[in-house]
Formats: sequence, C-alpha cells, structure tokens
Amino acid sequence: MTKKMHATPMLDQLESGPWPSFVKGLKRLAADKDMMVDLLGQLEFSYKTRTGYWKGGTASVIGYGGGVIPRFSEIADKFPKSAEFHTLRIMPAPGMHYTTDILRKFCDIWEQHGSGLIALHGQSGDIMLQGCTTENIQPAFDAVNELGFDMGGAGPSVRTSMSCVGHARCEHSCYDEGRAHRTVMNNFTDELHRPALPYKFKFKFSGCANDCMNSIQRSDMAVIGTWRDDIQVQQDEVKQFVKAKGRDYVIDNVVTRCPTRCIKLNGDDTLTIDNRNCVRCMHCINVMTKALAPGKDRGVTVLVGGKRTLKIGDLLGTVIIPFMKLETDDDREKLVELAKRIIDFWAENGLEHERCGEMIERIGLANFLEGLGLEADPAMLAHPRTNSYVRTDGWEAEVERLKQARIG
Amino acid sequence: MSTQPRMPIESGVPDHFQYLHPVLKKNYGQWAWHERPRPGVLHHVAHNGDQVWTVRAGTPRQLDVHTIRKLCDIADKYAEGHVRFTIRSNIEFMVGDAKKVKPLIDKLQQEGFPVGGTGNSVSMIAHTQGWLHCDIPASDASGVVKSLMDELYQEFVNEDMPNRVRISTSCCQINCGGQADIAINIQHTKPPRINHDLVANICERPSVVARCPVAAIRPALVNGKPSLEIDEKKCICCGACYPPCPPMQINDPEHSKIAIWVGGKNSNARSKPTLHKLVAAGIPNNPPRWPEAAAIVKKILRVYKEDAKDWERMADWIERIGWPRFFELTELPFTRYHVDNWRWARQGLNASTHIRF
Repeated sequence: MTKKMHATPMLDQLESGPWPSFVKGLKRLAADKDMMVDLLGQLEFSYKTRTGYWKGGTASVIGYGGGVIPRFSEIADKFPKSAEFHTLRIMPAPGMHYTTDILRKFCDIWEQHGSGLIALHGQSGDIMLQGCTTENIQPAFDAVNELGFDMGGAGPSVRTSMSCVGHARCEHSCYDEGRAHRTVMNNFTDELHRPALPYKFKFKFSGCANDCMNSIQRSDMAVIGTWRDDIQVQQDEVKQFVKAKGRDYVIDNVVTRCPTRCIKLNGDDTLTIDNRNCVRCMHCINVMTKALAPGKDRGVTVLVGGKRTLKIGDLLGTVIIPFMKLETDDDREKLVELAKRIIDFWAENGLEHERCGEMIERIGLANFLEGLGLEADPAMLAHPRTNSYVRTDGWEAEVERLKQARIG
Repeated sequence: MSTQPRMPIESGVPDHFQYLHPVLKKNYGQWAWHERPRPGVLHHVAHNGDQVWTVRAGTPRQLDVHTIRKLCDIADKYAEGHVRFTIRSNIEFMVGDAKKVKPLIDKLQQEGFPVGGTGNSVSMIAHTQGWLHCDIPASDASGVVKSLMDELYQEFVNEDMPNRVRISTSCCQINCGGQADIAINIQHTKPPRINHDLVANICERPSVVARCPVAAIRPALVNGKPSLEIDEKKCICCGACYPPCPPMQINDPEHSKIAIWVGGKNSNARSKPTLHKLVAAGIPNNPPRWPEAAAIVKKILRVYKEDAKDWERMADWIERIGWPRFFELTELPFTRYHVDNWRWARQGLNASTHIRF
C-alpha cells in the first residue's frame, strides 16, 4: 500500500494558508491507499491541463436503481488505481446531527471499503462517500445500511432532502421541520430509490422565512414556517433593547427596514406592530431576538417550482399554499397527500427532463392548480395579470361556482 | 451454491432524535431566544431556562477520515460528543456549560479549524465537486474554495460585514452552488467541439436536441455517420448538451471562463428572495489559486463593507445605491453583455425615470 506519490506541484500550493486544506487530507489518505495516490495524480493533471477526466456509467446496489454516482477515469492508463472512483449518496438525519460514535462508524466503514474521503455534505444534503471501486459498492452500502442509514437520490427521482436546525435549536422555528422532513421523505422512498420521474424533484424544509435551507430557490417543493396571528412582543425587553442600542439604532435598523412599514417605535420606547400588514419576513425578529418572536398560531407556506438555470432560466418557487397548519400527524399526512398530488400530476404531464417549475411555466399556474384541485388565491401572486390576452367567457360561471363553493 | 442477495432495508431518512445533543432533545421546539457572545459562538436559551452554547468551525467539506476522527476527538474531549453540520459544511459543537466554550475554541484553533461563520461574517463557500469528482466540470471546486477562504479568513472569523455574506462557486453553468450574495461560476465562451465518431454510439440524439435552450442542435450525417451539428450563431455556449452527450465537449482550458454574479438572496427578510446578477465575466480559470477571480471578489466585498448600512445584504445595498453606482464603486466595466436578452428580460430594464446622478 505504498505506491510512490506523483509530483503535485500545483496542489502542493493549496497546502499553505490559514483555511484547512483538503490537499493535506487527500495526502494523508494516500499514505495508506494507492487509490488516493492516483486520485491526487489525476487531480494534479486536471489542474495542469484545466480539464476534467471523469465519466459516468452504470453502478448500483441490489434492489435500488439510483443513489450511486458512477465515476470511471478517462485517463486510467496513467492513474490505474483510481480508475473507478464511485460515490455513494447517503441520507443523513434531519438537521445533520451526529454523535461522534456514529461518525466514527462511518469512518471505519469507509476506510475499509472506500477511499476514506467523505463530503459533509453534498449540495443536496447527502453524506457523500467518495471513492469506491465497483466491486466494493455493495459491501460498503450493506454496512452503512445496517448502521441505520439509507441511500440518497440520484437521477430522475425524488432527491435527498434537507431541513434546518429548527425545533432542535432555534427559537424562530414555526413547525417541527425534522418530523415533516422524515414523514414526507419516508413516504417517497420508492420514488427516491427507483428513478422513474421526468427529472429530479427536491423537497426542502425551513422553519421560518429566513429560509436557511434556501428552499425557494433550490427546491421543487419548499415548506417554510410562518404564523397567522400577531408577533409576540415583550415590551420590557424592547425597552431594554432600546436602552442598550439607542432609539436611532432601532429606527434605522428595525422600523425603517420593515418592508411594509408596519412597525412604530413609540415615545416610551415600546413597539406597536400593525400585524395585519406584517408579511412575516422575520427581519425585526432577527434583530431583536429576545424581545420579538413569531406568533403562536403557526404553520407553513408551501411554494413550488424553484430551480436553477437549465433549461428555461432560473425560477424561484411560488406560493401554492399560503398557509396550512403542520402540528399533528394528520396535518403532516395532508402535506404528504399534497406532495403526492404534485408529483403524480407532474409525472403525468411533465416532459422528459422538465422540472416541475418548468412545467408550471409551460402550462400556467391556473392549470396546475386545477390539476391539483386547489383554488387560486391572490396570495399566490405578486399582482394579477397585466394583459388582456385571456378569454373570460367563463367568468360568470366561475364566480357562481366560487359562491356556491363558499356556501358549501 | 447460490446465496440469496442481501436486499436493502428501505429505512429512509433516519430518526434525528437518536443523534441530538441531550439539551437539544430536551428542549426540542422550546427555545426562547439567542445571542452571539462572540464570532463563531451561539448561545441559545430555552423557555425553561436551559442553555446551550454552539461553537461553529470551518471545514474543507471534502474530509478525510483522519480529519473527521480528529473532530470527533475534539468533540469527545472538549465538547459533549454531539456535533452537527450546517448547510455550508461548517461543523457545530454543542455544550451545556459556558465554561467549556473557551477551551473548545482554543483547541479548534490550535488544530487549524477557524472558529467563525456566524452572524454578519463571510461564511464558508458553498461548493460543488469539480475536477475531483464531477463528470462535467470546467474547473475545480475544492481548490477555488480553499484559495478564496484563505483570502477571506479574517472575514470568516470576525463579524464585521454589514450583514451576512453567502458565497457560492460552480464548475459549470448548471450552478449546483446556487444563488448567493456573490457567486463565482464557470461561463463557457465557445460552442462545444463535437467528436462525430462517438455521437451515434453514446448519445441519444433526440434528447440531446431537446436539451438545447435555443434549438441550435440538429441531427446530421457527418462523414457518413449519424451525428449532431450545431448552429454556432445561435449557440449560447451553456453546455446543456454536454451531460447527455459527452462527445459534445464544452469545457475548454482557455475558453471556459469565470463569471461573477452578485445579489442573490434566499432569505425573505426585508426584501423578497432575489436571483443573482451578472457583474463580471471573462475571468481566467486559473488554478491552483484563481487570483484574478479572488481579486474581484475581494474588491466587491471591500466596497460593500464600506458603503452598505447595517443589515443590508448585498442585494439590499445595491437596491438602495443603484447599479450605476455599484459599477462605479467596484470599478468593474459595464458592457452590453450585462443587458439581459433571455425571456423575462424586460423585467430587468428600467421602465421609469428613476436614475441617480
């Protein structure tokens, strides 16, 4: 296990500097693993030629269709020991919590079956066990699976999800993100492990509008905590804050930064909030963490269709459920049902390689809502349509239908 | 003798309660408020008065098992055996006693792990796979991030930016790194080079044609072989055809450049979430330390730090000062390429007389 190291003059330059160096880590692994000696050689060659040399292929475990990212080297003649360098995507627990005991077990498994290189975590939130031969994929997965962990998503499937620290350690948390995350995801293990959808589908769970999971931008279905009643204000703490920071600071950083100008700093250093016009943006609560808190009637807003550029351009998710409660198992079951309707409709109507948001862009939100059996709501829009290019001969019937629906 | 293959236990996402720090588990959903006693440390207090301190440290994300074990040793000896990771690959150690915070920080710093990344700092850069492991990258990820974080070390360990700064990198235009206050992304500048000998065997031609956002690809017979050809005048060099058809090589050591985007914001705080906007392109993809890209990022950060007000994110700041001033202050050239011409482009135009002079 002592293949001679390749010269790596460019990578060596990344060993210096104050930030911890991944090159040092790779070299440490190379002391025991020939695979990592050649991996470093190939990476140096990439730096030198400014070219990547991995290609995909086929690799999986028995029983699943996805979750393994196959990587075969195109320059295995130069670097034979890293000819196969596959990745296993493994789903961590919600909030990415670990005991040192479980992390050490991962290390032992990956030292035995793989390269010893682990990304914590990939951009979709997977534990990425990187650097596995084709032969070792199955034993590595079996060991991880016995530890209580399961394969993540890859390909046209439901992907691994992420949720914020939330209930575990954050006072802004408006619902139990971890339970929602597990309940939803564990109802879609088939769609996760056996890719058969038009393209990828991502769920993300953020406990408040700060959206630490970047869910509006990065997920097909974003579940974000909010509340319907009034912001909780502790006026004695407000006074303490004003005393400590000064009135100018509060005016400049809380009052005038409110997007709907619904906060007033009173003469006696208390706050008055016009809660009917509060959009639950979280800014004032972020600034005054002790004095202000989300209201008590909490739930979630659901947005659908976020994704990055390809193919039609960037899309942020947009609202399809302005508010729903998410406290009980029944509530979570309703969220799962909604997700099922969305995925079923998209699987039926989406084109190959078309993300859910792109399908909505193509067919229009109104048709998507009709497909899901949801009513349109002004909270779903920035504003109503600005052009007259629409047939409205069904208007009266629609108004009558809504009236009847209200009467029930 | 054949043995029955082991079928997977389809257990899905594991239960998080088994890994939670005991104070976190006890006070699940019962937190009252928090403060940041110093950069890199969070202090959370529950309604019942229970307290927990979190120390956040930077990691290279690509972790070897020895480094993970070292972090575990630190967690066992100086913390309480429980850690978690943030979305930006920072590691967090939770302790139930304020007295443990300083020795923990000292040990982390001694072992070379920077403590910071909280509040109005520049946190760890969201990064992708790059040359280390991706099949379609034009650049590396770990190296770009390591070089930049070396340069931004002080901004990570201190909280002296106007508001938090989130940076991402991406090694192709798919942009796995995502929206950010500053995004450093590959931008190809030449159409793919096609290896016509391989297309017929490797590529599913109709789906490659369908991938192109501008319908610039069409089936063709080249040298008697079924292949694909590109209308190079229409091609926008996005690279969408390359993943489904590797013989359409988009990556180029010279012509795959770096572009810098600013003002992406995921949070709903104050303003609605925003997409990042192009501010600089044509930057060389220059390993191992990408100095040209780093210089522009540092310049933008310096101007933002000097000119933005407290709590203004990059997007909030530019919204207040306007784009002409942004380009003036950063001394970045403004060109015709900054003017969008994709669908929804008119949303980026100024349909008013609102102009700062």
